[in-house]
Amino acid sequence: MKKLTTYILSLCAIAAFAQQTPAPKQTQDIAITGATAHIGNGKTIANSTIIFSDGKITNIVDANEVKLNIASNVKIINATGKHVYPGFIVPNSTLGLVEIDAVRASDDDAEIGDWNANIRSLIAYNAESKVVESMRPNGVLLGQITPRGARLTGTSSVVQFDAWNWEDAAVKVDDAVHLNWPRNFRRRWGSVSVNKEYAEQVQEIRAYFNNAKAYLQGSKSTVNLPYDALSDVLDGSKKLFIHVDEEKGIIDAVNFVKENNLNMVVVGGAEAYKTNELLKENNIPVVLMRAHSLPSLDDNDYDLPYKMAKLLTDVGITVALEASGDMERMSSRNLPFYAGTTVAHGLTKAQALQLITLNAAKILGIDANYGSLEKGKSATLFISEGDALDMKTNVLTHAFIDGRDLSLETHQTKLWKRYSKKLEN
Amino acid sequence: MTKKYLLFITMLWAFVINAQDYFPKNDGVHTKNTNYTALTNAKIYVTPTQVIKNGTLLIKDGKIVNSGSSVSIPKNAIVIDLNGKSIYPSFIDIYSDFGVEKPTRTSGGSRSAQYNPSRTGYYWNDHVMPENDAIAKFKYDEKSATDLLKAGFGVVNTHIQDGIVRGTGALIALNNKNGNEHRIIDETSGQYLSFRKSVTSSQYYPGSIMGSMALLRQLYIDADWYAQGNISTKDLSLEALNKNKTLIQFFEAGSRANIMRADKVGDAYGIQYVMLGGGDEYERIADIKATNATIILPLDFPDAYDVEDPFATASLSLQDMRAWNQKPHNPKILAENGVTFAFTTHKLKSAKELKANILKAIGTGLSKEKALEALTTIPAKILNKEAVIGSLKNGSLANFLITSGDIFDKKTTLYENWVQGEKTVIEDLSTKDITGDYTFTIDNQPYEMSISGELSKPKTEIKSGDKTLGSKISYKDDWVNISFTTIDTTKQEFIRIVAKVDAENTLSGKSILPNGTETPFSVKATKAVDKADKHKDDKEKSNTLFAVSYPNKAFGFNELPETETLLFKNATVWTGEADGILQNTDVLIKDGKIVKIGKDLSSGRAKVIDATGKHLTAGIIDEHSHIATASVNEGGQNSSAEVSIEDVIDETDTNIYRNLAGGVTSIQVLHGSANPIGGRSAIIKLKWGESASNLVYNDTPKFIKFALGENVKQSNWSSYSRFPQSRMGVEQLYIDYFTRAKAYDALKKSGKPYKKDIELEVLAEILNKERFISCHSYVQSEINMLMKVAEKFNFNINTFTHILEGYKVADKMKEHGVGGSTFSDWWAYKYEVNDAIPYNASIMHNAGVTVAINSDDAEMSRHLNQEAAKTIKYGGVSEEEAWKFVTLNPAKLLHIDHRVGSIKVGKDADVVLWSQNPLSIYAKAEKTIIEGKTYFDLERDKTMQAEVLAEKSKLTNMMLKAKNKGLKTQPIKKKTKELLHCDSMDTEI
Repeated sequence: MKKLTTYILSLCAIAAFAQQTPAPKQTQDIAITGATAHIGNGKTIANSTIIFSDGKITNIVDANEVKLNIASNVKIINATGKHVYPGFIVPNSTLGLVEIDAVRASDDDAEIGDWNANIRSLIAYNAESKVVESMRPNGVLLGQITPRGARLTGTSSVVQFDAWNWEDAAVKVDDAVHLNWPRNFRRRWGSVSVNKEYAEQVQEIRAYFNNAKAYLQGSKSTVNLPYDALSDVLDGSKKLFIHVDEEKGIIDAVNFVKENNLNMVVVGGAEAYKTNELLKENNIPVVLMRAHSLPSLDDNDYDLPYKMAKLLTDVGITVALEASGDMERMSSRNLPFYAGTTVAHGLTKAQALQLITLNAAKILGIDANYGSLEKGKSATLFISEGDALDMKTNVLTHAFIDGRDLSLETHQTKLWKRYSKKLEN
Repeated sequence: MTKKYLLFITMLWAFVINAQDYFPKNDGVHTKNTNYTALTNAKIYVTPTQVIKNGTLLIKDGKIVNSGSSVSIPKNAIVIDLNGKSIYPSFIDIYSDFGVEKPTRTSGGSRSAQYNPSRTGYYWNDHVMPENDAIAKFKYDEKSATDLLKAGFGVVNTHIQDGIVRGTGALIALNNKNGNEHRIIDETSGQYLSFRKSVTSSQYYPGSIMGSMALLRQLYIDADWYAQGNISTKDLSLEALNKNKTLIQFFEAGSRANIMRADKVGDAYGIQYVMLGGGDEYERIADIKATNATIILPLDFPDAYDVEDPFATASLSLQDMRAWNQKPHNPKILAENGVTFAFTTHKLKSAKELKANILKAIGTGLSKEKALEALTTIPAKILNKEAVIGSLKNGSLANFLITSGDIFDKKTTLYENWVQGEKTVIEDLSTKDITGDYTFTIDNQPYEMSISGELSKPKTEIKSGDKTLGSKISYKDDWVNISFTTIDTTKQEFIRIVAKVDAENTLSGKSILPNGTETPFSVKATKAVDKADKHKDDKEKSNTLFAVSYPNKAFGFNELPETETLLFKNATVWTGEADGILQNTDVLIKDGKIVKIGKDLSSGRAKVIDATGKHLTAGIIDEHSHIATASVNEGGQNSSAEVSIEDVIDETDTNIYRNLAGGVTSIQVLHGSANPIGGRSAIIKLKWGESASNLVYNDTPKFIKFALGENVKQSNWSSYSRFPQSRMGVEQLYIDYFTRAKAYDALKKSGKPYKKDIELEVLAEILNKERFISCHSYVQSEINMLMKVAEKFNFNINTFTHILEGYKVADKMKEHGVGGSTFSDWWAYKYEVNDAIPYNASIMHNAGVTVAINSDDAEMSRHLNQEAAKTIKYGGVSEEEAWKFVTLNPAKLLHIDHRVGSIKVGKDADVVLWSQNPLSIYAKAEKTIIEGKTYFDLERDKTMQAEVLAEKSKLTNMMLKAKNKGLKTQPIKKKTKELLHCDSMDTEI
């Protein structure tokens, strides 16, 4: 029991660093010394010195090679034996859009109708969500908040997970439009059969985009909000995230995108491994379905979802990991462990880390500032007692977003401490 | 109007002339036909095994008088010379709804489910209708009768195919010429049952197969009690059931698995059902044989799948592909194993498909004798009507077929089907065969004609040179009309031939040119066509049976794993006992047990496994699982203690194999959380490949699922009519049930007469501390409540499962002595888990509660080692204790720790070899062993992955070939297994 008390106290002590939630702007320069720095780009520095100022990394060096003179006004965090990682990034997420699944009034993740490019997730993002705050203690610090729905589901935005409101949270506003590609198979009454309307549904997408193009080239005298929302997608400056799992769907989607010169990302990609070459050839990245999934067919290898990331990475496709599906919001804090699973099934630890850091940042178009521990980038990072991709050692002591020293307290840690204390007395 | 009137008159007339002796006759004098009919010079199949090579069949008054090679023919006999043709007994279709109107589906449509019956004076459950008699709803259907006659049937056994108890059926002769007074052979030919509810009522219970099983069991008890005069109110259903008790009991099982289930129900009450099978009995033939049941087999063999689209084909399962190859072998396999079976047209789209499918079965090696028995003597025997139908023995009904030869030959023509001495002509006996190849010349132009197809409905193909001409043929009463286009097809001009068939394959008449010129025409076939023989070779090849694996799907074993003596050398051994984690240690397992743990062990016969750098642990135990079961919930009542998951174990669930790959060896398959008192659990070992009954622990402790919170008060879906709707009601429900169970138990123990009540019996076991509760629970108020209710009735709750607010009442739990089996980190999916925290396990553990981490999910159960590891992150539990959360602790909670849960000498050899520290995300299970048998092996799995692909490719090729040959195909459909959770309901029933 004594051991537990110390454990809790030490965590309380850590929490005491953080004055408030959300954390205030960085005012004092910080240096993290002695930690193993996992850069996020495939490299690792065993004994690093990281300095950040005004929210930006001003220096990161191998302490064995370079001895930095740290000014006296810099706050030093001795992290010897610990590990530093760039903040993990979860794409295709509904965090902050739904609080409690079964309580309909708390669900804001989907609109009715098929063609909703103008629907924007950002304004519904609940910065105060108890589920969102539970991401921070696991190192998941950024996410792409994505609307769900039928065909064109809407426009996502990238946010950071420690904010007063959605405006503060926004890292990249309206980063991408999301399209659910039609399924070749249809699920009904416990059996699955070929979707006979598939070709027609694909044609509908073509026709819709052609109409949008025509409208945008015209006078636009009568405003069409959904078409307007596709403007940046059609000129290639905004990405189109196509949610598609089936081999045939992926091939058709790639052809559609090539015809229209769009900038595409595959989301889900359960059968993307069957289209390896096509995706590589066209330089299309994949935001890959949750590694902790059941294979979709009885005949599939038991480890297929575990090894998919390797199958794609090996041919040179840029892969990130997502967490959508059952219990997706609360399970998003397990993102690092999904990455860890890919290591047990073929990738190196550095490759696995890239899936949830720099690769994700690249795919979301935020890599200029986020995704790796590099000079000039945002100081969005955390310190873990051990290997952060492994649950038994993913124990955070500090986390920073844009240099702001975050609180690692949550609704859950508060209940933990409150009841632990009660039971001790 | 006139037409209708005329029809009426004709019917009336038909009725009158055939009426019985005692009926008044107003249209003439009474007459009676006392003539004999003698069919001579025929090969007569008196029975499938008793054949007269050249004999006479003598009939009179619709019955067989005699048969033999030297039958003396009375003078007043009409003699029909069959000239070498064959006579067979007409077939019997033993499973049909012939002439019985299909019950209409209830419109239902109310906002809440219907829990009460719609009737009074009958059993409390609408789906039990033993009082229904097919004969009361019977109306002879001449059109269907004609279809059946054409397929060779003389008698059909019909019943109302609706409900769980369906009442009696009737045995009907397909006699189109007489009335029901002749046709009805037996108006109560048997009683019929199934697991499926009636479409005529929306009453919710039973909502699962296990509920249907429980309902039948209680029904038999209630009927007995009623028969003893112990029930003072009227129950017409129970009266009918008691009346029908002596009849043959038919059960619509419809699958191998359900045959086993129905047999289990029947055995307990001394009833041997005749089972309607599913065609998949070959998958576990030994189990089927052991039921001693006679099987009625539908012959709905699947068509090949249309596999031309590779994208669609990718989703086709090996299981379904194999079924296409294997199912036609089922009758042969049943025959080889001595299982008695009859055939039926049930499930066929039309009786016409029967012959082709029987030929398919014969093509796999089923003997023609067995096939004939399955259509004649066997169904007669099942119906106890061997003296009347199914053979041509003297005294039997004159139900027989006249054929051109072997009835199970593709080319054989069925000429006539006689039923009760009345003949139906299908093909004229005198029709001559004109199929063959002909060559002739008309107007100096040479032609080649080939006639093929059915005897009286031939097809033509006419060529001149290499040009195929459009042609038509009609053939009736020995006259042939042929017309075909001239060589210059653009002209649309026709040449006609009209010819008389003088003898087989001989046509003579005249041809008529487009200009009207007529010339005599005479031609004889050069050779008879026999297309069937051409394909004989490849047909035989495609009949090879693909190996049946256990279970019969991807990753099933062709040979079940054997118990081995294994010596693990130099492993890191997580004992789970006082010894803790031992480095560089050897473990010897033998005869399914752990026999030695130590350094430098050796054993002469053991297979040595170098475990250097690897970790050996006890197998993972999941306290809360819903895999490997066909049902999860019986939500039709607020208590379903009468149902048991043990009844519905599905040993074919691929999640068993996937769980093994995650190091899981034992699980508790729990009933769901649809009601406060749920059903009984099955505690099983994941012995992939074994029969369902072999998975259950042989000394299994007794468990039952209880549930609290949002699910039992039906908060998250539209249901407002079932008590309880609040947590307040839940408490009262428990008090009510336990009060009644206590009274029941007292009565039972007093020695006074009592009616056995399965539900109260189970609850009394809880009061007597013979059965243990695992209760689905979330918030602290209800957790506290249930402990108080239990204490009031002087027993303890064994386990709170989920127990997400256990951390708020851990001290009370400790005091009560209840364990906690929780999720690692799930929360926020519904309101009652708003305060669920991942620190729950550690807080309960620290308070001294026995803690397990469970899955409730087929995916999460694949990595329970990782879920346990989360308790290190959330709350700082030590590795050794964290590991116990998924091994020893759940074993304790399930009362199986004397056998499993740790590595200890004497315990079952249920062990897992991990690539590294099992609590690490980087660890992989390399071998999962149960009782010394290796059920998962990483290396073997790689081989199996390749084998699955290879076998599918082979079958795909065969299906493509089938399509190219012109065989029928079906579109690709894949069955999806719904992942079952606490709140899953059966969809099938």
